[in-house]
Amino acid sequence: MAKGRVSIVVERCKACGFCVEFCPTHVLALSSAFNSKGYHPPHVVHPEKCSGCDLCGMYCPDFAINGTKISQDKVPQASGGEK
Amino acid sequence: MLNILDNTVNPVEQFLRSDRMPHIWCPGCGIGTTVNSFAHALIESKIDLESLALVSGIGCTGRVAGYVKLDSFHTTHGRAIPFATGLKLANPKLNVVVYSGDGDLSAIGGNHLIHAARRNIDLKVICVNNLIYAMTGGQTAPTTPGHATTSTNPYGTFEPSFNLPHLVEAAGAVYVARWTTFHVRQLARSISEAFQKKGFSFIEVISPCPTLYQRRNKMGDGLDTMKYYKEKSKVRHGAPTSEVGLTLNGEIVVGKFVDRDRPDYQTMMRAQYVESLGERYIEEPETECVCG
Repeated sequence: MAKGRVSIVVERCKACGFCVEFCPTHVLALSSAFNSKGYHPPHVVHPEKCSGCDLCGMYCPDFAINGTKISQDKVPQASGGEK
Repeated sequence: MLNILDNTVNPVEQFLRSDRMPHIWCPGCGIGTTVNSFAHALIESKIDLESLALVSGIGCTGRVAGYVKLDSFHTTHGRAIPFATGLKLANPKLNVVVYSGDGDLSAIGGNHLIHAARRNIDLKVICVNNLIYAMTGGQTAPTTPGHATTSTNPYGTFEPSFNLPHLVEAAGAVYVARWTTFHVRQLARSISEAFQKKGFSFIEVISPCPTLYQRRNKMGDGLDTMKYYKEKSKVRHGAPTSEVGLTLNGEIVVGKFVDRDRPDYQTMMRAQYVESLGERYIEEPETECVCG
């Protein structure tokens, strides 16, 4: 069960790839879709692995992504992913 | 579109002017990462935002003043430290942060940097060092390491470069640290520590400039540079600052180099006046700012 989840503001992303490279549990990958500026934003490929450490949020130079921990007493929502 | 909507809010968002986003920094530029670390340091140190002022000079890093939702001022080129000195002297209760680049702080503002360190004025200086004049087109800066190719030295730089931690330590700073944009958590901790210090604190952050420095020197993009930082940086707390100079492709020594105590400018001023004037010295009552 995922301990955390990732939120992405797609329109701010400039596809530098820092979050994809430095995610300790390899949750993310750059998607093939474009945002309106023509960059490929990241998307969640392994939502179950996310620990909610927010290292992606610390690295993101565009303030476009952040990770949050899910409190374990609640039933987690479907976390991240393409919508 | 794949905009993910949920009710989580990035903790950094409260310190940003969201209407200014997306910002002008290039893809792969590290300045935004340093702003994340700065915001996390503000959260960790539980600092009163009413007592905080941020001053920036000119340059890519100078734009930080416009993107943070704090009391901030974007000054003229090189004059971030003089402006911050005035702020601190007029209102000693303020926590004044100078957030600027290497060109602004060490080139045009170099004199102000060493004299603020000499006087030990209580400022927190965050210097984002991308080793080049980035905003004006990649000219050689005082921090550009030897043999690097720049737009003004297309056959390689031959000038010796500034070793900023050594410079400010020699001038008298009480807290000197260096990190890279790869060391986000360490940088946040260092900034929180600097807030606890009284005196001139200097934190150098090595940051990629993929558009001008890395591209001209065939060092790849921002991500390649972050991998280089991960591989080649070595944490050596307390390392002698004379040995931490930067080279083009060599090791980057990071860590907290100096942490010492010296009386700051205002303490020394008060002590001197009390000594020479005795009871005739009456401190100015604090002025309350009445707004609105």
